Amino acid sequence: MYKMNLLFLLVFIPQNVVAEDYPNDAGNAIIIRWSFPDSLLPYVRAFQIWRKEEGGEFRLRGVSITNSFLDDSTEDGKPYYYKVATVLKDGRIFESDISGPAVSSAQWFHTGRWNALILGVIFSFLILWYIRRAKRGEKLFLRRIPGLDAVDEAVGRSTEMGRPVLFVLGLGYISDIPTIAGLSILSRVAKKAAEYETPVLVPCYDPVVMTAAQETVKQAYAEAGRPDLYNEKNIFYLTSDQFGYAAGVDGIMLRERPGAVFLQGYFFAESLILAETGYSIGAIQIAGTSAITQLPFFIAACDYTLIGEEMFVASTYLSREPVMLGSIKGEDFAKIILMILIVIGVICACIGGKFLKFIEFFSSA
Amino acid sequence: MRREVPLVITFVTGIVIIIGLFVPHKPFGEIQQTFLKWYVIIAGFTLLLGIDSLVITHWGKIKRRQPGFGYSVVLIASLAFTLILGIYSIIKYGSAFDVRAPFMYLYMHVILPLSATMFSLLAFFIASAAYRAFRARNVDAALLLVAGILVMLGRVPLGSMLYSKMPQIADWIMDVPQMAAKRGLLIGIALGQIAMSLRVILGIERTYLR
Repeated sequence: MYKMNLLFLLVFIPQNVVAEDYPNDAGNAIIIRWSFPDSLLPYVRAFQIWRKEEGGEFRLRGVSITNSFLDDSTEDGKPYYYKVATVLKDGRIFESDISGPAVSSAQWFHTGRWNALILGVIFSFLILWYIRRAKRGEKLFLRRIPGLDAVDEAVGRSTEMGRPVLFVLGLGYISDIPTIAGLSILSRVAKKAAEYETPVLVPCYDPVVMTAAQETVKQAYAEAGRPDLYNEKNIFYLTSDQFGYAAGVDGIMLRERPGAVFLQGYFFAESLILAETGYSIGAIQIAGTSAITQLPFFIAACDYTLIGEEMFVASTYLSREPVMLGSIKGEDFAKIILMILIVIGVICACIGGKFLKFIEFFSSA
Repeated sequence: MRREVPLVITFVTGIVIIIGLFVPHKPFGEIQQTFLKWYVIIAGFTLLLGIDSLVITHWGKIKRRQPGFGYSVVLIASLAFTLILGIYSIIKYGSAFDVRAPFMYLYMHVILPLSATMFSLLAFFIASAAYRAFRARNVDAALLLVAGILVMLGRVPLGSMLYSKMPQIADWIMDVPQMAAKRGLLIGIALGQIAMSLRVILGIERTYLR
């Protein structure tokens, strides 16, 4: 009976303890993994991880409640030995065999990102290739985007009504691509507004975006030959609070009653609050965002909506610069490649077996 | 020179961050985090720019007695009051965010309810926007109306009372046609962002610099 109990207790010893360099990192880290039956976990308080250097003694490095532990305090190139101890709820401890030596090191390439590298190189090549072709003077077709065609019309309508234009850049920061795309559209709107002598109001959520918007509008007024009309106070900071910003912009809409409202940038739950208030004052509204959860709101409440990527091509579409057009063409070809990859992926998933590796390759990050 | 220096900085920063994505070895692996820390520090200082802009704009309105200048008085007074409470809280409690601090009292009992009020207005705005969007004027709007009604019915107990498979129908609409459209959009957005990033890094897209 006593022997049976002893044998039973052996199952609490962590098995297959493996200590190895943590992959794809900047070094100074060793990962320790072990196996332990899930059915026995209710009896376990924690696992202790003990570490020893060459010729030294074991010291407690940390505890874990899962089957792995990341030791991120190692010295690269130095060998370490590990053992794992199971601490039961009744206080009994069962130690594993020693694993090691394990040596940490930094890697020069992240092996899990081959897929991103390959696709990134192909896409960049395509974009650069078409930019080169466009530079040579090749004619490239770009389909009509009604939302961008309506920009001049909206500013013109605002001018006829004797009302200002309101441009909202959303809650994005200057590091967000939608905000940069919004600034490109602002440049065009401000230039047109300067030609028509119509003020442009830009309430900002972020002070850095405000500074960039001020520079954009100032340059647009200068390009339109009307630097005298530029008023820095029309591009102002409101607040960095989401609903405070929504309330502030709504207030401006109701007091100033702009003839045209542009909602261009990254938006969250405040999108419909802004768009519906714009609708209620009868302004022509052109929205654009890459936030897919907000797109339905804009489509429902605005006259025109730039859907996702349409917003990113705004500066190209409006400027018609051939070099920029080339990048759009390259993007379209990248899309064709992705479609082909998706079809191959579907076929591989249907066949299964070794073909699943194709999907695994593209799904790892 | 005024143009070239920012373009060179953008190019070098962009390339270094891309390298950092594929090379975990020091110094590349940590460089993105380092740049982010720099950005946070710079952004902290730019908040002063924001406050400067806010005060100048509203002070001008008060001075010129522009229509609605009363709102500007309220804003400047609230800004000053919040600042004073924040400083007082730091002196008395060591942090403005201490639960006993009057600054936190102001946050919990004024700012949060105001935000919640604005957020709750969304329900009414959704109703009015949905009414316009769901009017079956053409085939697309009719499809939207039918899909919307099915999803809404599938999400409430009434739907399963009317027809037991209503929740499955709603799930199918969300998981198949809705998801397919969403993923299509996401792929387009991701590619658009890559192309725009390339244009910015290579200095082709310069609007943000002007």
